[in-house]
Amino acid sequence: MLALQILIDGFAVSALYALGATGFTLIFGVSGVLNLSHGAIMVLAAVAAWAAASVLHTDTYAGALIGVAAALLAAFATYFAVVQPIQRSRRIPNEEKEIFVLTGTLLWGIMIQELIAYFFTNNAKTVLPIIEGVVNIFGVRTPRNEIFTAVVCWVVIGALWLLVNRTRTGKAVLAASMNPRGVTLLGLELNSIYLVVWAIYGVLAGIAGVLLGMFLGVSSYSVGPLTASAFSIVVLGGLGSVSGSLIAAFVVGYLETVTAYLISPAYRTIPALLLLVVVMYIRPQGLLGRR
Amino acid sequence: MKTTSPVRRALPALLGATALGLVASFNPALAADPIKIGVIAEAQAIAGASIPQAAQMAADEINAKGGVDGRKIEIVTYDNHSSSADSVRAFQRAVNEDKVNIVIASYISEVVLALEPWASRLKTPFITPGAASNEISKSVHADYEKNKYTFHGYLTSAALAQSVCDAAKELLVDEKHMSSAVIMSEDAAWTKPLDVGYEECLPKIGLKVLDHIRFSPDTTDFTPIFNKIEAAKPDVMITGISHVGVQPTVQWKNQQVPIPMFGISSQATNSTFGKDTNDAANGVIYQGVSGTGVAVTPKSLPFAEGFNKRYGNYPSYAGYTAYDEVYYIADAVKRAGSTDADKLVDALEKTDWEGTIGRVQFYGKDDPFTHSIRYGKGLITGLMLQWQDGQQMAIWPKDVAKAQMKFPSFIKVTSN
Repeated sequence: MLALQILIDGFAVSALYALGATGFTLIFGVSGVLNLSHGAIMVLAAVAAWAAASVLHTDTYAGALIGVAAALLAAFATYFAVVQPIQRSRRIPNEEKEIFVLTGTLLWGIMIQELIAYFFTNNAKTVLPIIEGVVNIFGVRTPRNEIFTAVVCWVVIGALWLLVNRTRTGKAVLAASMNPRGVTLLGLELNSIYLVVWAIYGVLAGIAGVLLGMFLGVSSYSVGPLTASAFSIVVLGGLGSVSGSLIAAFVVGYLETVTAYLISPAYRTIPALLLLVVVMYIRPQGLLGRR
Repeated sequence: MKTTSPVRRALPALLGATALGLVASFNPALAADPIKIGVIAEAQAIAGASIPQAAQMAADEINAKGGVDGRKIEIVTYDNHSSSADSVRAFQRAVNEDKVNIVIASYISEVVLALEPWASRLKTPFITPGAASNEISKSVHADYEKNKYTFHGYLTSAALAQSVCDAAKELLVDEKHMSSAVIMSEDAAWTKPLDVGYEECLPKIGLKVLDHIRFSPDTTDFTPIFNKIEAAKPDVMITGISHVGVQPTVQWKNQQVPIPMFGISSQATNSTFGKDTNDAANGVIYQGVSGTGVAVTPKSLPFAEGFNKRYGNYPSYAGYTAYDEVYYIADAVKRAGSTDADKLVDALEKTDWEGTIGRVQFYGKDDPFTHSIRYGKGLITGLMLQWQDGQQMAIWPKDVAKAQMKFPSFIKVTSN
């Protein structure tokens, strides 16, 4: 009974982590950018969906779409206002650009966080579930929306897989992650590939943010922990490896859930962080890292 | 060529300035210095945002009637970003640079406990409108001469627990014949004494405590907690939550946890809580010192309505207390005839003020909770309210109750 509860609960949480981390790792894989405003963009999506529904009185679906659109815009804004100017700057030495991007996106994330707190307070917000009610799975009362969350996550991840492996654009993205110079030699514009990746990222982060807002709720305080959890999942899985991130998301999701149920909710995140430290010692490139 | 020294060139200007200064200091309007009240609060939190707004509103009302003996009240506000360190800096700045006479600060116990030694060191009277930890007033009792500058303008956790138990006796035990409970509280300074109070008074009123769950205030997934509570099969869960509120409430509803929530849920006192939770709040029963539409005293409704008219939302619980505080500070300054810190402390100790939350008096030097507001009938008892159909309805005490308890359909009210 408890085992089944852990299985169901852990699955939903893990699927959500997986979706959140996928976009994060994709951006790193393709353009080498570690986007530390990730948590802020997810929270922005959830808060926009909440505001649309409760301030503008849109219905739940329209609210969710507005949330995803907000994340998409924020992703482009991150790219054009923060990342691109740093990458193109002649005054920043090339070897320092990564650290500049890291700092720039971190500050950008804090700005978004403070703006959300200023306009919508730091109290938690929740997005109205798309599907209400509960179902009984072998004695475990499960909110329908939790199942919906897991399904949407996997559908979106599946669609991403199809996009990357079965379409021309996707193949170009994949190629760029392997060898950017080769891609430009083939006559593909690296900039437009980056744009596609940031668009994919925005949609993924937006969907993850809105689903998180429905499932658990978010506040401006969630920004830091969300970035940190995406970061540790991606590092655990191997930077830039999408399948590594998926596996790591489930490892972390289940480890947290098992801890919360069997030990105490207060220690939820500790074992996953310890695991991260151990992996860093014995396999610094992460589970499926290439380097 | 004639040269003039810089001093000589500056002399006329200096003389002029001195003359102006002399004229200014003889101006009677300036002779009456304003009474400066520093307000340090959490501008981004709903509970904290009402504090400076309510204080300003009270000051404007007092000033419109001529101030205190011709002295205007001036509110100087500081945002502490919910941080103790920021609050301490703000307190130092308020006292040393802005020369405030008294400080109203924060609804967070950790912040207030960090400020208390600074009130002692800088010998500046200080009142909190919303923190609850027993330690605030216990420290005043333990070292009165040093800590007498701190006043606790809200109920202690011990009084809050008592208020919840008094209400639970009538509403849950007598009416619904409930007999068991699980305590669910966040791990914070204010809940430690609250839980001690709960553990002590719940069995006395006939609610057996089956389990006691404390969780970290940064918990996001409450499923394991509700799971554990449900496994204990209690009739009710008694809450002690403030830093969290929206998330457990929404998950309680989404997961259809069939056990009623009853107790302290500070975020539920905000009028925006219904919206923040998409009406998952319906059914939540929470303790408050005030409530929209509840005339605890004749001053409650005019204040709440005036606040809503001015700021576009109803005040948080700390808004009510902050509003009262400015009034009884003004009253104390008038009685003391001075803003001298020690005289002000003496006058504040003799406070007997009917405010928006009841009749405010402070416990004395010999009471264990020195300088905390007195709890009891005829003074302040608190209310029990319930979210019903998106509205906050008072359900206890019976003389101000506007509605009967009612629960969403997923709640099973057991009567053993």
